[in-house]
Amino acid sequence: MTTEAGSETDVKKEPEKVPEVEQQQEQETVPPQTEEQSSKPAESEAPPTAAAAADQPQEENQIAEPQSEPEASASPDPSSPPAASAQKKEKGISRFLPPWLKRQKSQSQEKPAESPTPHTEPIEEKSVKEEDEEEKKSGDQPDGGAAERTEEVEVKEEAQSRPQEEEQEKEEEEKEKEEEKSVGSADTQPAREEREGEPEVKESEEKKEEKKEQEQVIQPEESAALLPHKLSKKMKMVVCHVTLLDGSQFSCEVEKRAKGQYLFFEVCEHLNLVEKDYFALSFKDNAEQRCWLDPTKEIKRQIRNSQWQFAFSVKFYPPDPSQLTEDLTRYLLCLQLRQDIASGRLPCSFVTHALLGSYALQAELGDQDPDEHRLDYISDFQFAPNQTKELEEKVMELHKSHRGMTPAQADAQFLENAKKLSMYGVDLHHAKDSEGVDIMLGVCANGLLIYKDRLRINRFAWPKILKISYKRSNFYIKIRPGEAEQFESTVGFKLPNHRAAKRVWKVCVEHHTFFRLTSPEQPTKSKFLTLGSKFRYSGRTQAQARQASTLIDRPTPYFQRTSSKRISRSLDGAPMVNISDYSRAVDSAAGGDNGPALELNSDSKSKLRVQGENIYVRHSNLMLEDLDKTQEDVLKHQASISELKRSFMEAAPEPRPSQWDKRLTGSPATTLRLQAPGAPQISSSLPEADRRDASKSTEVKPEVNGQPEVVEVVEETVVIEEVVKAKPKSPTPEPESAAQDRSLSSDSESEDEAEYHAHTPSISVQLIKEEPEEELNQQAPPSEPEPITETEPAVPAPSAQTEEDEAPNGHSPIPEAPPTETEEEEPHIVNGGVSRVETEVICCSEPPVVKTEMVTISDTFAAQKTEISTKEVPIVHTETKTITYEAAQLDGNGDGEPGVLMTAQTITSESLCTTTTTHITKTLKGGLSETRIEKRIVITGDSDIDHDQALAQAIKEAKEQHPDMSVTRVVVHKETELAEEDD
Amino acid sequence: MSDFGKYTHAIMRAMPASLSTAALRSDNVSPVDPLGVQREFDHYVSVLRDRLGLQVVMLPADEELPDCVFVEDTAVVCGSTALITRPGAPSRRSETVAMKGALTELGLNIVEMNDELATMDGGDVLFTGKEFFVGLSKRTNQRGAEILANTFKDYAVSTIPVEEGLHLKSFCSMAGPNLIAIGSSDAAQKALKVIQQMSDCKYEKLTVPDDRAANCVYMNLPGKGDVLLHCTPEVFPESTKVFERLKSHMLIPVSNQEKMKVDGALTCLSVLLRI
Repeated sequence: MTTEAGSETDVKKEPEKVPEVEQQQEQETVPPQTEEQSSKPAESEAPPTAAAAADQPQEENQIAEPQSEPEASASPDPSSPPAASAQKKEKGISRFLPPWLKRQKSQSQEKPAESPTPHTEPIEEKSVKEEDEEEKKSGDQPDGGAAERTEEVEVKEEAQSRPQEEEQEKEEEEKEKEEEKSVGSADTQPAREEREGEPEVKESEEKKEEKKEQEQVIQPEESAALLPHKLSKKMKMVVCHVTLLDGSQFSCEVEKRAKGQYLFFEVCEHLNLVEKDYFALSFKDNAEQRCWLDPTKEIKRQIRNSQWQFAFSVKFYPPDPSQLTEDLTRYLLCLQLRQDIASGRLPCSFVTHALLGSYALQAELGDQDPDEHRLDYISDFQFAPNQTKELEEKVMELHKSHRGMTPAQADAQFLENAKKLSMYGVDLHHAKDSEGVDIMLGVCANGLLIYKDRLRINRFAWPKILKISYKRSNFYIKIRPGEAEQFESTVGFKLPNHRAAKRVWKVCVEHHTFFRLTSPEQPTKSKFLTLGSKFRYSGRTQAQARQASTLIDRPTPYFQRTSSKRISRSLDGAPMVNISDYSRAVDSAAGGDNGPALELNSDSKSKLRVQGENIYVRHSNLMLEDLDKTQEDVLKHQASISELKRSFMEAAPEPRPSQWDKRLTGSPATTLRLQAPGAPQISSSLPEADRRDASKSTEVKPEVNGQPEVVEVVEETVVIEEVVKAKPKSPTPEPESAAQDRSLSSDSESEDEAEYHAHTPSISVQLIKEEPEEELNQQAPPSEPEPITETEPAVPAPSAQTEEDEAPNGHSPIPEAPPTETEEEEPHIVNGGVSRVETEVICCSEPPVVKTEMVTISDTFAAQKTEISTKEVPIVHTETKTITYEAAQLDGNGDGEPGVLMTAQTITSESLCTTTTTHITKTLKGGLSETRIEKRIVITGDSDIDHDQALAQAIKEAKEQHPDMSVTRVVVHKETELAEEDD
Repeated sequence: MSDFGKYTHAIMRAMPASLSTAALRSDNVSPVDPLGVQREFDHYVSVLRDRLGLQVVMLPADEELPDCVFVEDTAVVCGSTALITRPGAPSRRSETVAMKGALTELGLNIVEMNDELATMDGGDVLFTGKEFFVGLSKRTNQRGAEILANTFKDYAVSTIPVEEGLHLKSFCSMAGPNLIAIGSSDAAQKALKVIQQMSDCKYEKLTVPDDRAANCVYMNLPGKGDVLLHCTPEVFPESTKVFERLKSHMLIPVSNQEKMKVDGALTCLSVLLRI
């Protein structure tokens, strides 16, 4: 692969300018490779957006280029230089393309990014690779095989034409073959990449252990080294200038398509920094906004037209710096904080300025020497934004008192005091509240802080946040309802522009992941569907960083302290380091977990993206930090889900607490995914029930039956929630139409939005296992519904077996409870969201069908309800309409009666425009065993959706799925977003 | 943080005779007993000075300022910085003059709230040792809180709506380094919720049945450890029982019955500081 990749990279440069039409046609009719080739000639050298996208396997794979662009590029300006415009055009074009094509393209591009080998020809190779990947990923890509062949052929031809490269190509091909052999399944991708690396580079073994990202970065270099001639020919090097924390400049040559990670590791190596997880590189976009360089993406695509000028800085401020292992790390943190303080970014009082300044002096100059340190020695340092003589005197006075303190001790003291500052580690973003009042959003380790002027007017701790999303220039957080509150609320903030909204969203995702999770989410594992931005923090979390720190085994590195001097001074004397050693190995400690493997699951993403909706359903481990599902678990879960489809569950004899742990949330959709992109119907393929589970269930049954008193009441609730957006987007799920939409909005990323679920979107649906996908299918035909399964962390997981015992259609071992008997039960689910269903579902006990309708505006600010608080009310421009249909027999009182929760399960799946959450709970109340399935379908669309049809379909499917159950309640909740024209 | 409650000085102000007749009050139920109120005051002073050993700076009374005994409202002192407030009641604005003089003399950095749009009563400022909570009440507004935030930049300053009662500290106060005494009324409990939501710190709470009993004075004094001035069993028997559960504290019941009639709480009578 490496070789191929290298070739790909070269090729890539060309492709960008390909005429849109051509691309479309080609993609549609011709195997992907061809199109790429054709397109390549036309395209200019501008770095392929797609390629960049490709780099981040996890996040962007599936997403078409459009998405990647926004993320990667820091500059929001529409008026970007020619190159940029070209990119944009591409995007536009790409939007028209069918998703799968796009996907392929992106994948192919990805590879180049990974291995920037010099040689040019192999566009075809790229495509081939892409196809390979696809095949591996999804197994059934129809075109894949053919495409491969063609590509191979093409490659050969090229080889002939270019004798020099022949060998390489051959090698590549061989490698490919090897890879193919070795790689049996889609999941293997990462391994495969590693493999590729091996032949060329022997060091790769070590690297294998390292994170994949690193490997990617390294490989290109190595390969380049191997092929010097090619390198000289095609490899374009760029000099990056990095401003270090001490104000000095570090220059480093990188390949033009290098990822952020490469540069970051170069810098860390230069600094001899091992505990690097707290740091990152940033750059200024065209709007002079500081953006973080995403390590997994190409640098060039991120900085767009900005200069290759970066700053090395602290990204995650460790709440307790004393836990850092190395003094060097603390020193760097001190430097950052001194900067923050001097610039006013970290406000502190006079006394604190003086104290911190004195520690800085002690660390840098040592004990005060009356002879050497005259009164003016201090004026070279900047301790505060407005440094007064008085402050300097105070600093000197305190400096004296630190006599005998070593630099490391002084740094430690500095940090001990600095960490207490209320704004320590708070990343501020300008925003406005719903009333247009200027506020600041502060993202920190513990959550999101809201400031008005200097006052903290609200705070949302991470556990309180269910979902983070952005849309256009709005940034939203969904808040978990408080004890006394019934409704989840959404708080919205208006950012200056779309990019700012996205930036704060990303920072939130990153901080949440870094500080709250034990490990980053693994896209591979989570089958959760993602729409829109796939961005996730891929580095190590704080927990991992700490863990790694404990393993550091090296002599204390020597380093020279030079800096708190005033900036002007430091700049003058800044040592320039130039590193041109391109092939240097990147530090192995690097950190992202996201390897190439991530790319594998993103098949359907492109489609999603087309819709312009970014939905991220997160593995529930957000809140339960210890939840980490293995692939196995997921598969298991899927199996269980399939079983659910077949059968209804029987009442478990007793609650089995131990089983909760085992419970997993799988995404039922995996299977579906495999289907060809264009296939509208995914639902048809249902996984077979797990035999084992079935048998278990049978075992259980007897017990249940043995108790005559146990009557199972089955209830199914279908909640259909539609969100109609006022936006111009086309409602059609069809890829093509969607593509069009995209093209329309290609220039403005306003449509771009993303969500990040802090934890499971908990809809407490009760009980029964249904496959959400079926419903999804109906509503989003063209798109492949990617079922996402979420585990609700808080909910104890009953073993899948219990829930899945019965065969669905065949037999209903348990007497069906007539609808009348159904009781509304409160889900006693542990997870926060549980109560939500109830809130949204309005129960009426009145006979026949009661239809209630209500329009509510969600109550946003939970905490403060005074005048002030009201001012902060979120910008929620939504109108909510809820209609509830209930079967007459419903016992309205049921809710109050708790009963014993035996099992609970929540399954969430998402597709292009629908999100289905199925919550299954089994409760034992008195002698009654009640199984309840509550299914929530969220249909998101830009235009009107045929509610009736959707509803009818959903009900129909529900009935089909669970013939022995009755539908007791249907709630239609319609949320219309009022059009808001903003950027 | 560890310095929380470690006071060396207390600034107080002698009681004017006009207090019992002219002091601002939110309810007119019962008349203030001039003798009783003086007795309470004297007891308070003796506790601080004689029993606890604080340096008590007693400012002279001003008959023109019937509320001047409630010095807490006129200044917020944290560390070596003092913010001279701009009391919400216009009639009390001049009370700050004497306070400013005293604080200046003690060598504190003085910051004055000169903004005419700002109002603040010190009774609305709850300093926990880690952060400030400022009650937004009839006496304190957003602008005042902003100025406080600008004055004490090291600390987070969160605003808390005060819907009932005169001040934030009319129903809560610090009873320990990490302990908030809070009343049981809905308004108090609601405010506590906001406090908890706004803070990164996990405060423990000490809930007392009576809102007004939740105002106590915490100190951490050398040789005495945790010291708490709280309500007397005669006035708030149930709440007193709650305080008595604080075994590690030196508990000193201080009667405040008469001053309560003019909205005076225990914390109102002094500005505590450490020099």
